[in-house]
Amino acid sequence: MRRILSMALLALLTAQAFADTQRSRLLATGAVTTVEGNAGGGIVPMAVIAGYGAREEVGGTAFISRVKVPDYDLVSAGGAWGWRNRLEVSLADQRLEHPTLSAALGVTDQTIRQSVAGIKLRLAGDILYTAYPQVSLGLNYKKNHDFLIPSAAGALRDSDTEAYVAASKVYLGGFFGYNLLLNGVARYTRANQTGLVGFGGDRNDKREWLGEASAGVFYNRHWLIGAEYRQKPDNLSFASEDDWHTAFIAWFPNKTIAVTAAYVDLGEVATLADQDGWYLSVQGSF
Amino acid sequence: MRTLLFLMALLMLGCSATPTSSLYQKLGGAQGVDAIVYELIVNIARDERVIDRFKGVDIERFRTGLVNYICSVSGGGCEYTGESMQVVHAGHQYTDTEFNAIVDNLIKAMDRRNVPTRTQNSLLARLAPDYQNVVYQ
Repeated sequence: MRRILSMALLALLTAQAFADTQRSRLLATGAVTTVEGNAGGGIVPMAVIAGYGAREEVGGTAFISRVKVPDYDLVSAGGAWGWRNRLEVSLADQRLEHPTLSAALGVTDQTIRQSVAGIKLRLAGDILYTAYPQVSLGLNYKKNHDFLIPSAAGALRDSDTEAYVAASKVYLGGFFGYNLLLNGVARYTRANQTGLVGFGGDRNDKREWLGEASAGVFYNRHWLIGAEYRQKPDNLSFASEDDWHTAFIAWFPNKTIAVTAAYVDLGEVATLADQDGWYLSVQGSF
Repeated sequence: MRTLLFLMALLMLGCSATPTSSLYQKLGGAQGVDAIVYELIVNIARDERVIDRFKGVDIERFRTGLVNYICSVSGGGCEYTGESMQVVHAGHQYTDTEFNAIVDNLIKAMDRRNVPTRTQNSLLARLAPDYQNVVYQ
């Protein structure tokens, strides 16, 4: 936890140091950061490139997020760098506390750590200015550092690479005059609970295409209200895996900071039912 | 038949005679658009990302052209007489940064004139397609 906090602090200080450079994309078009480090929402990435750099500029972000549900507590921190609104490189470090599960399994270790390294390439379009959506291709390499419980649950791998295609568009005035954000993702993955419970399993060890979506309405330039959906696989006979849902509100006071709060419903997670709770995230952009 | 044509003409007049709901009216009509364009030019003059592009430009001509253009895209009844966005910007290699800077300056100008969010969105929606005729042309 101390390590994550110092990382976040360092990132925010870096953000402050670069805050004066020109970053020309419009407010909120850098989106926020998912718990996996990709520019997007809270759990669903978007086609946008991290930061506010236009096609002749660079930019980046740093974030720290927390998800708290009855039996789990996830802290994720990291950063992303965006190059010429074309390429995004990201890193995230996740730490999951799971005391209830440890007690049930009779193990003393109560945390699972995972690192996620991502790249995302904008293939076509601009989220605001083209009639068609902005489309990007992303890859996430994930490494689970505490594989004991995932392997006991039937997961077959402690690391894997997944791919996703995201299409995002803001329809100016598209929702009764307010700007409407629509985003769809197809993800090719075999990650159990995004990799926190390893990759592949006794029931299925092949990657499959899963769907994700998010939608939001900008009340004005600074406030976005919306919801997300993320389909999940079912690779383990040990426990069924439910799809995830969030309802969020994001605040973009300026191009330096963004704060997101959400209600999250993760369903049943590793045999523990009704995992719904809250999410809070702070992002610095530079 | 003649009566019918007369009625139709009357109906069409009726449509054009109720411009209260037009975007142009929501922007404040001629006075409102003039003020927005004035604020926009003030913002551009302070913006080092784009100011160099305006060296040697006849600002009065730019101003009247832009007022005319906004009037025409917002249903103000003006017929835009200038050259197309494509022709005006061709060969200049205007960048994505510069386009965003102008949009940013326009939003700030509308904020300053207290143009409501939905009215701003409506104008931006009509100007956004120009991106493809301006950037890297």
